[in-house]
Order: sequence, then structure tokens, then C-alpha cells
Amino acid sequence: MALLQPSPHAGPQSAAADVGGSGGEGRSRAAHGPRAPLSARERALAVFTYFLVVYRRTWRGSIIGRFLSPLFFLLAMGIGLGSLVDNRVGGVGGLPYLQFVVPAIVATQTMWVAMGESTYQVLGYIKWNMGYHAMLATPMTVRDVLRGHFLAVAAHLTTATAIFMAVASLFGGFRSVAAVLCLPIAILTGMAFTTPIFAFTAKQEGDNGFNILFRWIVTPLMLFSGTFFPIEQLPGWMQPIAWVTPLWHGVEACRAVATGSVAWLPFFGHLLVLAVYAAVGWWLAERSFARRLVP
Amino acid sequence: MSSSTTAPRSTPPSTRGRVSAQLARLVPMPAGAGLARMLVERNVVSFRHGWIALVTGFAEPVFYLFSLGIGIGALVKTVTTDSGAVVSYPQFVAPALLAASAMNGAVFDSTFNVFFKLRYAKLYDAVLATPMGPRDVAVGEISWSLIRGGLYSAAFLVVALLAGAVGSWWALLALPAAVFIGFAFAALGMFATTFMKSWVHFDYVTLAIQPMFLFSATFFPLSTYPEALQWVVRATPLYHGVALERALMLGDVGWGVLGHVVYLVLLGGIGVVGTARRLEKLLLS
Repeated sequence: MALLQPSPHAGPQSAAADVGGSGGEGRSRAAHGPRAPLSARERALAVFTYFLVVYRRTWRGSIIGRFLSPLFFLLAMGIGLGSLVDNRVGGVGGLPYLQFVVPAIVATQTMWVAMGESTYQVLGYIKWNMGYHAMLATPMTVRDVLRGHFLAVAAHLTTATAIFMAVASLFGGFRSVAAVLCLPIAILTGMAFTTPIFAFTAKQEGDNGFNILFRWIVTPLMLFSGTFFPIEQLPGWMQPIAWVTPLWHGVEACRAVATGSVAWLPFFGHLLVLAVYAAVGWWLAERSFARRLVP
Repeated sequence: MSSSTTAPRSTPPSTRGRVSAQLARLVPMPAGAGLARMLVERNVVSFRHGWIALVTGFAEPVFYLFSLGIGIGALVKTVTTDSGAVVSYPQFVAPALLAASAMNGAVFDSTFNVFFKLRYAKLYDAVLATPMGPRDVAVGEISWSLIRGGLYSAAFLVVALLAGAVGSWWALLALPAAVFIGFAFAALGMFATTFMKSWVHFDYVTLAIQPMFLFSATFFPLSTYPEALQWVVRATPLYHGVALERALMLGDVGWGVLGHVVYLVLLGGIGVVGTARRLEKLLLS
């Protein structure tokens, strides 16, 4: 019976298995001898824990992109350009320019985070350090790996958005307390980018595609999705393009709750589009990961 | 000094080589053989397959011009520049975007690409095994950056002209001005790259470039800032680039323009000498 007692030397190795289950059950897995297979939830959480452990070592490097970048945009666009706009025309639709642009930066930042987490990093795990292959050599499936990794990206999105929103609220960037709802909307917006980009990355051989993604998708989306000015200012033929891009829906939904003027039908429409992007992207990601990683 | 010990070894027996070798002894500059053009040629050949990157580099400022020019332009209508001229928003922002794209192109090329060549491809180890010296590498890479940046700037200038954002014949000089901006940033960027040890350090490049892009009187005039901050902005290199381009493209030219040029050339000179010295130290000692 002594063999079934938790081993005092199990240490960090048991951490991953520990996460999912209830305390006693998790610890008994560290013991020698035959053990029960991990549940699907435990497998995904084990992947998530792996990414958490990695991030604990590398978080310093992400501070600049994660925190300072949106702050710079807030200062330059919200306050600098904002003073120009406010002096000229008294804001956008009666809203001070800062409060117009801050919810949009919240949504745009999630696109940046999604890009940062789903391009080079993912290709690295697929191709350069074979991290996914290592995970798939365990009882984990492609589905578990993706669920765990998406959960990790969602955690990144949450912290990045929460920090930026706290700072932006100090500058008076939000008009209504309902702006806290920007957080879940931003996470959804971020996932609407993350899952399709995962699917795209799994089809890449080198990083050329990422440059094209950055230059031809991310930058134009930031500039033409109603972020810095309402899309009504664009020529008529360009407006329908904004309607199909996920960023515009994220921006509009965040702006609606942040200014406290939610028109329910369009609001749920925006959320629905984002959810569809995330779901279809997820499906495509599972498909292209399976093709790439499972022989 | 190590420069005097390496100079004779790498000097080819031509008059031109002798002159440049003597020059190299006069200025505090590591050795070269006047062969920088060979490195440029090498880059042109290796870039034949990378033309798509050239096209995408040009697209970014054009997107900014159309987005902000149309969108913000419709909101603010006109802007009063720091010299008191009243211009439309696209006219205000186009010169700044030209300067910023000259900076971005130069920095991207002289940091990421050079870092890869220096640390991974070991290109310069190979180059220095030929008669070429570290100065040739510095001058060659920076010249290549300038050629690439010059192409971007020329293309952007044509777009700005078509968009009605060019107000004067002085704008013809905006192209050489963009080359000065590219020179300053390419040289400084390559100098900084020689100190970098890992890709993580490129976050510091972003940390330097992004605030300059956003705050150098690019999207709103200097007068928006409080007095004390105006002096901070005036100290940054991109501000001088933006002010120079804006003066030229709006035809608002005075002697002050030369001040901006001197500032940029001085920075670039520091960058070239620094780069050559660091390369010598890294690869030849």
C-alpha cells in the first residue's frame, strides 16, 4: 500500500497532472504503478499550464508590446490628435475624441496580441522547436493541444486588456461604468483573430506569410475599421469591406458599451459575427493542425 | 591602433585603393578597401527573390495616408502648422509619413536583416575573408538601405502627388531629404545592432521607433505639446526629418532647413564610424 502514497519526490513533474483534478486524485497520479487516464479537461489544462510556466520566464520581453504600445497610441491619438479634433469640431458625434478612440484601441490591441501569440510562436512549436510534436507524443490529441493553447492566448488577452483598460480609465477614456464589459468583448474579438491565424500559421513554411499578414491585414484593419474615425467618413465602396472584418465589429461593440449607448440588435449582431469568426477559425485550425502534425 | 595594422593588408594595389587607405588613416575609421559597392551588388542579387517585401514596405505609408488623410481629414478639415501655414490634413500628414517611412525602412533593414547576417548567416565573416574591410561592410550595408529607402520614398512621393498632398516644386528635394533621414537611421540602427545579442533586444528598437513615429509632430503639430515637452520632441531625430520634409513639400523653406540636414548627417556620420569600429572589434579581433 505504501506505493500508492503520494511520493515526496514527485515535485514539479506532478504539477501539470495536478491542475485539473481534485487534490487527492491528482496527487495519486504522481505515485508509481498504473494510473487512470487524464480526462479531456485535464489534458487541455496540462497544455495551458505548460504555456503558463513558459510565460513565467519570458514575460519581461512582452512588456513593451503588451503594455507600452497601446499606451503610446492612447497618448498620441487620444490626447494629441484628440486635442486637434476636439478644438476643431468638438469631438466625434458629440463625444470627446479620447473617449471615441479608447474603446477602439482596446479592440485593436487584442488584434495585436492575437498576432503576436499566433504567428511566430505557433510556427516555432510546429517547426522550429517541435514543441507540439512533443506534446502529441503523450496521450494528448491535437484537439487538447489547441484547446490548451487557445486558453493560454485567452489568458494573455485578458491580462493585456485589463491592464490597458485600467490605465485608460485613469486618463478618463471611458464614459460609462458599463465599460468593464469591454473586457469580455475584447477577449472574444481577440479569439476571432487567434483561431483563424492559428489555422493560417499551420499552413506556413517560413515567415514570409506573416510579413504579408502584418502589412496587408493587420495595419489596414487598424486604419480602416472605424478605429480612429467613423467608417462613414470612408468612401461608400469601402464601407462594406469594414462590415466583414472582425475588427470593426469588435470596435463597435466595445464602443457601444464604453459610451453606454447600446443598440441591442446591432450589438448582438457584432457579437455573433465575432463568435462565428472564432468558431470557424477553430474548426479550420483543428483541421490544418491535424494535417500538419499527425502523420 | 588596430586600424593601422589592418589597413595595409586589405589595400588593393590601385590608386583608388591607396587614396582611400590614406583617407582611412586620416579619419578615425577602421580599414576598408573602397569596395563597398561589392556588398551592395551582393544585396541586389540576393534580393531578386524578395521583391514582394519591397512592395509591401511601400504599402504601409500609403495606407496611413489614405486612412488618416481621408478619415481625420474629414473631421479636422485644416491644420495650422508650426510655421503658421494653414493646410489640409492630408497635406499636413503626408510629409510626416514620408519621413516616417524613410525611418522605418532604414531601421528595419539595418537592424533585423543585419542582425541575421551578422549572427546567423555569418555573412560578414565571409566578406572580411576577401580584400574588403569592416568599413566597406558598414558603408555597403548602409548604402543598400538608402537605395531601398529611396525607392520607397520616390513611390510614396508619387502617391502623395496624386493625392494632392504636394504643394510646391521644392517637393523635388523631398526625395534627397528622405535619403538623409534614411542615412541617419540606417547608420544608427546598424550601430545599435552590433551591440545586440538576441532577438529579444529588438524590443528596444520598437521602444525607440514607435514613440518617435507617434510623437514627432507626425499626426499633430508641435504646438499641441506643453512647452517643456516640445523641447524633448525637438531633440529626437525623426522630428528633424518630419520638419524637413514638411518644409519642402509645403514649399515653406527657410535657412532653418539646413539645420535639420546638419543634424541628420551628423547622426549618420556617428553611426557609420561607430558601426565600422564595432564590426572591426567583433569580427577582426
